[in-house]
Amino acid sequence: MLAPGIKSRPVYPGLTADGSAKHNLISAEGEGAEAVLDMAKTVTPDFFARSTILYCRAGSAEKDHEQSLRDLNPNALWVFPTLATALFRLRGTIATLTMGTRLYAAGTEPFIGSVIQEAIAAGIDFKSVITEHRGSAKRRVQCVHCKGFTEDVTTNPVVCAHCGLNLLVRDHYSRRLGAFQGVCIDAEVPGELPETEDLYK
Amino acid sequence: MGLIFKNETYRDDFTFSNSREAVWRFPFPFHEDKYMYVVNIEPHVPGPKGTVYEFPIDIDEHYVSDMRDRALVLQEDPLRCQSLPHMITAEWDLVELLMTSMANDFPEHFTLSRDGDNWHWINRPMGIDQTFVFGDISTLPYRPMEYITRQCQGDFCLLDQRDGNLWMDAGIVTSQADWSLDFDVGMNFMEWHAPVPLAHERGVFDRALKFLLNLQQGRPVRRLNWTMTINPRLDTSPENYHKWGTDRTTVTPQNVGEKVHLRVEMQGLWRLPRSNAIVFSIRAYLINMNDIATIPKWRRRLHRVLKTLPPEIGGYKGLTRYQQTTIDWLSKFDDGAATSPGCGPE
Repeated sequence: MLAPGIKSRPVYPGLTADGSAKHNLISAEGEGAEAVLDMAKTVTPDFFARSTILYCRAGSAEKDHEQSLRDLNPNALWVFPTLATALFRLRGTIATLTMGTRLYAAGTEPFIGSVIQEAIAAGIDFKSVITEHRGSAKRRVQCVHCKGFTEDVTTNPVVCAHCGLNLLVRDHYSRRLGAFQGVCIDAEVPGELPETEDLYK
Repeated sequence: MGLIFKNETYRDDFTFSNSREAVWRFPFPFHEDKYMYVVNIEPHVPGPKGTVYEFPIDIDEHYVSDMRDRALVLQEDPLRCQSLPHMITAEWDLVELLMTSMANDFPEHFTLSRDGDNWHWINRPMGIDQTFVFGDISTLPYRPMEYITRQCQGDFCLLDQRDGNLWMDAGIVTSQADWSLDFDVGMNFMEWHAPVPLAHERGVFDRALKFLLNLQQGRPVRRLNWTMTINPRLDTSPENYHKWGTDRTTVTPQNVGEKVHLRVEMQGLWRLPRSNAIVFSIRAYLINMNDIATIPKWRRRLHRVLKTLPPEIGGYKGLTRYQQTTIDWLSKFDDGAATSPGCGPE
């Protein structure tokens, strides 16, 4: 579960099928595939014939959902090995979307954040994207000092992957950056660090 | 009467200081002997002569040095000034608001002549003489917001209004109390206030937003906010926190008077005519404890405010390491006498 009560963090209410959409572009990462499979239990038989699924194995590599997704008989199923390859296809696809297409994102928060960023860049209202968090609570963190992004952050504090400062992961999220804010935790007394906690497993 | 501008620094050797007049006009923010977040918004109407409220935009003895510090910050980090593409009309609105206000209230220092869209701006303290076409960005050396705010004291944000919310879609922020424009740009009112403790639960932001969404043209409002800063440093940004954070450990009973500063922000909000955006100005005033101690009411009251401050607020404002040392120092000046209502020095 994601920690509640962070007012700058989006809420991810869960996947619900938009029955009136002409086309559905469903992006899922890792365990996010299970959210798609759960949504499948609620839809009419023709829903997936109007759907394209982008699936990035990522977090759930040990448990491959490709066959289960294929069994939904989507209009197309595209499978990608990494977040970067999935986003590259998503960007190209969004660029040619037609009116009446609904975008979905399910998976970890950095994945949803990346999909939302692509949507915003293409002029899609972020509030129209249907989202569900599944899998790890890992965070993407932007260092406020060097502005570098550190991926797959599960601890607090965490070392910035770029400048090496010890960062406190603040509960403050930027949709534009798709990241939480990291601020030097021992700026006042260098080396004075609290115990590292596994907060975002 | 023209202002005499001081030549001083907000970094390295920290030569900033307040004249006696600047101490007397300091916008002391506490109207009683304790502090809690409230919606303390009031009409931004002209105040008594000589006070910081006399004019909509206050230019003071620190003007030239403030602007030099801003230029230094931007030289190191241009991302302190950002504007999303749809904010260009609001940027021009801001040019008009600031130039007309400064020229009207400080005619010895600033002159604006307008012939249709052909404008002529003279800024004597900074040695600027600029003709430009209002609305044509190619006629100014910077984008409009950056151009005028490099010549006006205070940080500025431009808030777009849509979907029943305010969105921080542009700003120039070089003298902030530990928040990042680069991180917050594009956020709505609730989102950029997310890290503030206690106030959300008290409904402060819901009420403030509701009020601001109805802000009318020609009827600006203001509020005061405060924190404390070690050394007279304007650029207390999170971006540079790893460089200035150690300042907070340098306070001793011997140096409280010079090092510890009360930092008060006069925040003004104006509705803009063309864009329907809102200008949010954050003008910081600094005063050290030695100067506070020269005003009997202020030294008593600040002592009591700090002593009873809820720990969450002290923590959020970053006072924890030197709060007690400052309270102890101020306690010498608190004889327990009653303080009069209101913020003024008596």
